[in-house]
Order: sequence, then C-alpha cells, then structure tokens
Amino acid sequence: MAMLEVNNLSISFGGLHAVDDFNLTIEKGELYGLIGPNGAGKTTVFNLLTGVYKPSEGIIRLDGVDITGKSTMDINKAGVARTFQNIRLFKDMPVLDNVKTGFHNHYKYSTLTGILRLPKYRRVENSIDERSMEILKVFELDSEADLLAGNLPYGKQRKLEIARALATEPKLLLLDEPAAGMNPNETAELMETIRFVRDRFDMTILLIEHDMKLVSGICEKLTVLNFGRMLSMGTTSDVLNDPAVIAAYLGE
Amino acid sequence: MRDMGNNTELVKRMRRKTLRGNLLNYVIVLGAYAILQTMVMTGNISSLLKGLLVPLCVYVIAALSLNLVVGISGELSLGHAGFMCVGAYSSAFFSNAVGTALPDILRFILAIFVGAAVAGLFGILIGIPVLRLKGDYLAIVTLAFGEIIKNLLNVLYAGIDSNGLHFSTKSAMDLGMEPTGRQIIKGALGISGTPKNSTFTVGIILILITLMVVQNLINSRAGRAIMSTRDNRIAAESIGIPVTKYKLLAFSISASLAGCAGVLYAHNLATLNTKKFDYNTSILILVFVVLGGIGNLTGSIIAAVILTALPEMLRFLNNYRMLIYAIVLIVIMLFNWAPAALDMRSRLRSRIFKNRGSGNGKEEEQNGNA
Repeated sequence: MAMLEVNNLSISFGGLHAVDDFNLTIEKGELYGLIGPNGAGKTTVFNLLTGVYKPSEGIIRLDGVDITGKSTMDINKAGVARTFQNIRLFKDMPVLDNVKTGFHNHYKYSTLTGILRLPKYRRVENSIDERSMEILKVFELDSEADLLAGNLPYGKQRKLEIARALATEPKLLLLDEPAAGMNPNETAELMETIRFVRDRFDMTILLIEHDMKLVSGICEKLTVLNFGRMLSMGTTSDVLNDPAVIAAYLGE
Repeated sequence: MRDMGNNTELVKRMRRKTLRGNLLNYVIVLGAYAILQTMVMTGNISSLLKGLLVPLCVYVIAALSLNLVVGISGELSLGHAGFMCVGAYSSAFFSNAVGTALPDILRFILAIFVGAAVAGLFGILIGIPVLRLKGDYLAIVTLAFGEIIKNLLNVLYAGIDSNGLHFSTKSAMDLGMEPTGRQIIKGALGISGTPKNSTFTVGIILILITLMVVQNLINSRAGRAIMSTRDNRIAAESIGIPVTKYKLLAFSISASLAGCAGVLYAHNLATLNTKKFDYNTSILILVFVVLGGIGNLTGSIIAAVILTALPEMLRFLNNYRMLIYAIVLIVIMLFNWAPAALDMRSRLRSRIFKNRGSGNGKEEEQNGNA
C-alpha cells in the first residue's frame, strides 16, 4: 500500500484554481520531489496535505487512512510532519526545548504532575531529554542545545526545523524548500542529511525545491506542477528531460 | 563530534541553570520576608510600611499571575483586576456566610480555594470563546469583563437565613429574607465584617505557592506547549499541539492565581467594595509586568514591590510625589529596555561570570521583541 495517496485534489480561492485535479502516489521509503515555477501551487499542496487549507475536492490517504479535511493537529498525530518555507522555530526557546516540544504527543504526563513535580515528571523528562539529544546529535546540533533557537545561524535553524518535525515521529516528512537561502556547501551538506534521515529513520520524504542540483541529486521521483495542474511526473531523469517541463521552466 | 557523556553534561548544566533561576526567586521572597518580619517583631517598622505588607503580597501575586498570560502565553489581558474582584467577593462572601461555623484557619484555607476556583471558572468561561480567535481579542474582552463584573457586583445584594442564600440585583428589601437573616453583600456598600485573616506570613506563603505553580508549569510539558503557541502558533499546530487548549490552560491558571490575590486583599480589609478593582488597577498590574520584563518573574516581583511601595514612601514630597513616581517609571523603563543599558548590563555580566556573557544581552533583547 502506498504511504501517501492523493486523488483528484482541488482547491480554489475565489475564481482561481490554485490546485486542480492533483494526483500523487508515494511509496514507503521514497524520496519524492515536487517542483514547478514560482506560483505553481506547490506550497498550497503542502498546506492541503497538512490541513492548513481544506480541499474543495479530492481525497488524501496516509498509509491507507483517510485524512482529508482533518485539522493540522490531527494530521500531525496521524503521521505527517513538515517544515516551512520561511523558518518557523520557537525562537525564544532553547534549541533542546524546540525538539522536546515535538515529542508532546509521544511522552505524556498531566499538567498537575508537572506542577507538583511528582516522580513521573522526572522519569518522563529524562526520557524526553535523552531522545531529544539523540535527534540533535544526528543533526550535529547537540553542542548548541542550550542556545536560543533564534540565535542559531541560518543553516542550523533549517536543520533544527527538520529535527523538530522528526520528533513528532512521523510516517511522512514534508520539506518546504529546505535549501532556500543556503550556499552550495550548505546545500551539499543538507543533501547528505536528508538522505541520512531517510535511511536512519526509514522515512518517506516529499520535498519542494527550486535548487535543481539538490532535486536531481537526491529525489528518486518527481512531480512537476504548473499553474496548479500537474505537468509531468515520473523518475527524476525522465521528468527533467521532458520537453514540456523544460518549456515551463525556460520558456519556448 | 561529542560523545554521549558530554551530552548529558550539557542537559545537566541546562537543568542547573533553570534550577538556579527558580531558587533565586524563592530566596528573594524568603529574604525579604526574613528582613521585614524581623523589623515587625522588633518594632522597627513605620506603621505606613506595616500596613503595606499585605497589599505588597497581593500585587506581587497579581503581577506573577499576569506574567503567565502576557509573558508565557503571549496574550494580553487588560482585566486582571476583574479576576481579583471575583476572587475577593466570592471568598469574602464564603467567609461571612460560614462565619464561626468553622475554625479560622480551615475557613480561610477553604476561602482561598473558593476564590481561586470561582476566578478560574470565569477565566475558562471567557477563554473558551475568545482564545479560539487569533489576534488581540482577549485584551478587548478582558477589558470589558473587568468593567462588567465591577458594575454587576455594585448592584448585587445577597444574604443568608435559615432558608439558605438569597440574591437580588434591586435592593436589600427584595432579598425577602426572614428577620433573623444576615445581609452579606450590600450593593455599592460591598461586604463588611470579613474576618481579617490575611497576614504578611500568609501572603508570603501564597507568593511562594504562586511561584511554584508558575515556575514548575513553565518547565514542564504543558509549559513548553504554551510557549510554543506564543512563539509560533502555526508551527505549534504543525507538531500536534492543541493551541486553544494550552492558551486556555495558561489563562485559567492565571485567572485563578489572580483570584488568590483577591482573596488575600479581601481578608485584609474591614470593608470590601469594587472601587479598587477598576481599569487603573488592571493597567497597574500590567505596568509591573512590562517594567519588570515580560516573561521575567524576578522582574515582576521587584517591579510590583517598588512601584507599590514607592508612592506611599514618597508621601512626604506632597505635590511632587507623582512627578517623582513618573520619573522612576521612565528610569526603570530605560534601564530595562534601552539598547545602551542592555549592552552595559551584558558587559557587566560577562565581566562577573566570564562565560557566555556576551550572548545574554541579545537574548533579552529578543525576549522583549516577542
């Protein structure tokens, strides 16, 4: 069964069909790319998948479960985590606490237990700390765990966002332009990290990206969006050589 | 790359840092208590300052509770005096209704719970519709709440007789009580004859409990969830945090702590009326929080003490009193928020502690922008 199955997904804002009859199937463990010119509707697709917008038509299934029209919170609980095009960290909280917040629905104790510092508090907090540091270590952020997230350099903020998303233990990870604003060295490093995340956490990843080097370097399959409609899909090399795609990007 | 040993070391260091900050607040409160209580015992205290001790505790608790809303959950409440009012009236009503049926201590403890519970309930009632909205609606609604509750209690009459409780919003006659019944809430005259159970010691204990609740909440799963909704609502939703639930949690806990402050206030006065719980008091509490540093509990305590005591201490200046008060406000403001002052403070700190000192100024600046 496919990890993500999207059928006939559509949304309009007024008369504008931002996404129209969009279909997507991603198998477990795949590294999938969603590309297209500016304004093609890529981020809108992400917002539909994560429940920020409710689709006017279509069905979204995650691992066989229908998640169409559910709230962002419930979709995350069902197993979809994301990062944002413009970084959205908890800036005034330490790096460690950003990741710990991600474990919110996996390590629980009541508010009263927290206020009264019952024995369970220390036990659960210890586990959260340990798991969080493990994830931070994967992204080589462990030595900066005590800094405020807003004080991290840009590239590390992007990594921390991925770390926080992974803390929610998702089945599907959505990355919205993870390489935006990065220099070539940082991008190369990021590609390694994404590949490593897929292998280490056995993750299914869907990413939006403009950087063709990154896309052709790590994505196994691609879907190309243009004006809210699917222009092309298939294996990366096929899609990138598709005359229609080249025309959409470079003009005829 | 570091090994696991260093990792746990770092986590431990962070915990120690938090613990130090938390303990500092307890130490400040207990230190102030030791000094002032010694002064009271040895008789070295002016009657003016002695009369201020309980109100100081009231405002410290109010400031700490408001900081939970403004600093930790990132919402604005302009009606915290309203929650104090609800706590004060409900507890004073309880104490008068029970009378001598219960021993003093037990009755007062129950009165504190009554005040906190009723204020917390109002917090939930207001929070449920308002905290679902994005934006500054909470400020507008709490502002209205503070005024409504004041006017409502101004026309409320209540009494007790052998048939139970009687309420009316018209006049004492409309209560329809037996001749032996006792009238407790007398409209605009308020409640008189509340037992004076509030002492400085009780006030300090309540401050310590408030500190414990707020500090332990901040450093828990719920606290992280609350702060995440403050820092970035969309990101919080995306990692599965129920935003409204945690904003409501912070707001209702804050309301119920403000209710505790009200209980302390009510049991310190012979006559309780609504005059003191107006808009100005809500703003005053907000001034404590802003001047003490939004999200900074130590700052709230210090600002509440200084700004409550100062106008009284300056009485000898007569006409110049409020002028000096205003200047002090401006000076504190500059000391807390001006970039040059922040710079100077971080330089001083790095000279004293020598580690990670340069980063602190920046952190504070960012907290301020939040």
